Amino acid sequence: MKVSMSVNGKAVSAEIEARTLLVTYIREHLRLTGTHVGCDTSQCGACTIHLNGRAVKSCNLLALQAEGADIVTIEGLAKADGTLHPMQEAFREHHGLQCGFCTPGMVMSAVDLLKNHPHPSEETIRAELDGNLCRCTGYHNIVKAIQAAAAKA
Amino acid sequence: MYAFNYRRASSVAEAAAALSGDDGAKLLAGGQSLIAAMKLRLAAPSDLIDLSGIEELRGIRRERDGITIGAMTRHAEVAASAEVQAAIPALASLAGSIGDRMVRNMGTLGGSLAHNDPVADYPAAVLGLNATVNTDRRKIAADAFFKGMYETALEAGEIIVSVSFPAPRRAAYVKFRNPASRYAIVGVMAAETGSGVRVAVTGAASSVFRVAEMERALAANWSPDAVAGISVPAGNLNSDMHASAEYRAHLITVMARRAVEAAT
Repeated sequence: MKVSMSVNGKAVSAEIEARTLLVTYIREHLRLTGTHVGCDTSQCGACTIHLNGRAVKSCNLLALQAEGADIVTIEGLAKADGTLHPMQEAFREHHGLQCGFCTPGMVMSAVDLLKNHPHPSEETIRAELDGNLCRCTGYHNIVKAIQAAAAKA
Repeated sequence: MYAFNYRRASSVAEAAAALSGDDGAKLLAGGQSLIAAMKLRLAAPSDLIDLSGIEELRGIRRERDGITIGAMTRHAEVAASAEVQAAIPALASLAGSIGDRMVRNMGTLGGSLAHNDPVADYPAAVLGLNATVNTDRRKIAADAFFKGMYETALEAGEIIVSVSFPAPRRAAYVKFRNPASRYAIVGVMAAETGSGVRVAVTGAASSVFRVAEMERALAANWSPDAVAGISVPAGNLNSDMHASAEYRAHLITVMARRAVEAAT
């Protein structure tokens, strides 16, 4: 079936099988491999992207469900000249990652979090990160990074 | 995931027509349970009919005596709705506690109810608040809707259009979450409604159920102490690696007490 959408501001379309997951389309058809597949059971959040401005788990969505949608992946956050998005910068500054596997999903989720809670408490950040698992950092520096990004925004 | 045919319906009538000729066809709402089940090959529909483009299934309407919510309204929209927060704060807070933020951005009210997962939150709201499920054929009272594990009163090809929640005098939903999966091990909606006190329990058994003894006690005396001494027999409750039936029975009393305490 034909699917068309906008990914990071660029119109894309392809002939795909109906059962193609959105994350498979993003990674294997568009070759945007910044979006990760962690658990593949919609628990870990490594595959988080933005669909029409809302954070969703792209491993639990058919590509066809994103027909006509505006998709932003981790590759779409930094400016064309390589300047990092403030959230990416905050993660770097505060060492909000170790192995980095969960990071694309964490950052996409954190950007969405600040949209809904511009001045989140630490408790809110921790609660809202429910759908993102990190097995390295114990979350402390991730929370610090999000607090710092919120303070600068 | 096994292959299937996909089509997008633009109206409820079109979706109903697409369903009627095909036993293997399933409706796709937000897909947060169905896609996961298909990936595990626990479900293998021949056809998926996507409801996401049907405008008439969306939206939140304030009614004279409550709120009507379209079946394809996402959990995040219910949680953030000023109208739901004002009329039925317990419902907004329940919707905001489902899964995680990304799941709430896709998952829908109708999808959750049609699936009737034993650990889902929305069934406790529908049963506890005495809501009415409006389909393309009829209105189904909450007490007649939930039939058992993953089983509802919906007939083959019947589509949930919206759910009408009467505003309660006071209500609260409290759950004890599995620390890993975050699903409710036990969730309790306690409500004083226009049609009496209702206590609905999810997560504990094969399907959501009411606790008549707690309802009678609360009708006589709406206070946490009124339910503190009432326990549900463990015999019919779920027992698994996360919690024994006896522990779930204990949690029902604790969650009910907390829900009554929190009810506003």
